[in-house]
Amino acid sequence: MADEGVKTTLLDELEKGPWPSFVKEIKKASETSPVCDDLLGQLELSYEEKKGHWKHGGIVGVMGYGGGVIGRYSDVPEKFPNVAHFHTLRVNHPAGWFYTSDALRTLCNIWERHGSGLTNMHGSTGDIIFLGTKTDELEPTFADLTKAGFDLGGSGSVMRTPSCCVGQARCEWACYDTMKLCYELTQTYQDELHRPAFPYKYKFKCAGCPNDCVASIARSDCSIIGTWKDDIQQDDAAVAEYAALGLDIQKDVCDNCPTKCMAWDGKKLTIDNHECVRCMHCINVMPKALRPGKERGATILIGAKAPIIQGALLSSVLIPFVPADELLETLKELTGRIWEFWSEYGKNRERVGELIQRVGMANFLDAIGLEPTPEMVAAPRDNPYIFFQKEDGKPKDGDGQ
Amino acid sequence: MAVTVEQLAEEMYEMIKEAMGKKSFKATDLAKAMIAKYGEAEVSKDDCKHAIRVLIDTGRCVYSYFGGSYITLPHKEGAAPD
Repeated sequence: MADEGVKTTLLDELEKGPWPSFVKEIKKASETSPVCDDLLGQLELSYEEKKGHWKHGGIVGVMGYGGGVIGRYSDVPEKFPNVAHFHTLRVNHPAGWFYTSDALRTLCNIWERHGSGLTNMHGSTGDIIFLGTKTDELEPTFADLTKAGFDLGGSGSVMRTPSCCVGQARCEWACYDTMKLCYELTQTYQDELHRPAFPYKYKFKCAGCPNDCVASIARSDCSIIGTWKDDIQQDDAAVAEYAALGLDIQKDVCDNCPTKCMAWDGKKLTIDNHECVRCMHCINVMPKALRPGKERGATILIGAKAPIIQGALLSSVLIPFVPADELLETLKELTGRIWEFWSEYGKNRERVGELIQRVGMANFLDAIGLEPTPEMVAAPRDNPYIFFQKEDGKPKDGDGQ
Repeated sequence: MAVTVEQLAEEMYEMIKEAMGKKSFKATDLAKAMIAKYGEAEVSKDDCKHAIRVLIDTGRCVYSYFGGSYITLPHKEGAAPD
């Protein structure tokens, strides 16, 4: 029970078990915030009735911005007046989620002054989430946030707050400076972040290496995934050390290589780098012995999304390799062309990946002025409409061309 | 430019006002309507973007979100409690 007035019999069940409990956290916060008592009360009611009691608010926000605030109202405000308004704010997170403790205290103090004090660090796009405030508190919260150097993030049909992995700040595998790119994308596209002008949302996620710690290949319309062009850096002495310490290199490394481009003769590991698809498995298993190559950059991919309107999509390769120092300029040029086409032909609530599915990748590439390359092919075609002759590699006459 | 940003803003405002309650416009709908009316030689997408900025920054219009983001006149939300 949060206090004597609020019975939370069903919610109490969610405090049991070894895992963290949001109920426990809200109860802690209710000691200082009356909003939390009503929040628990309404939530308990929802569990009892098996029915949500939130209504969506569509026009609350701060002056000049079309994103960053998600309106919520209670449909039982007479029972729970403290959550009659319970709007969420998305606050643009710092790249890589680096904070000073002072910055965290500042954020918490702002939110305790203007809202419920409840936060979600971080939301699925990466933003700092402030949960629960009244319409009258939106502008004062925004004023305090901007004074402290923070800005709202994206919501609605905008470029959503770009996010990135921790990159070169802490990770030796990062093939480009993800935090710098994330920051520069945020600064470059301020209008697109705050003023909705797209058919639907558009997300950038910057991953420093193919391990893709920000899941960009699954969650972002434009994924920028670090990679390298030359050979994997190999330290033979360290490989031998792994073997001496008991690592079964044949079983745990070579046999798990998706292209079988590695061979181990018991003494020497040989890598056929032309066959390597940069899956990172061997590097992950033997980080002291193998490292990404020295010629580093990123692959730009397009079209991923989580399932909302339609099913999930993974992104497809658009540019196989861009050197690290050319990434921002390349992205700016490419993004302009993509947005132009998507804004012109995208249907309402159609993500760019869905548009590509609808019009076909060939037409999309043509529209944005990119030549098709073999790296864009996810898998060889498996239908029999084209036959190639062994002698010259040209299609036979009359093979359905 | 033959058509000024202020003129575009005014025309967009009238479009939104007339359709209020019947149809919602996205930023691209407004831009396409203006370009269709005046032609690309007279009105660019950037002009339309600036016109929308004028409407929003003066508070004459606000962004709304119902499935997608739209531009509408300020009003009390139906969902908001009295």
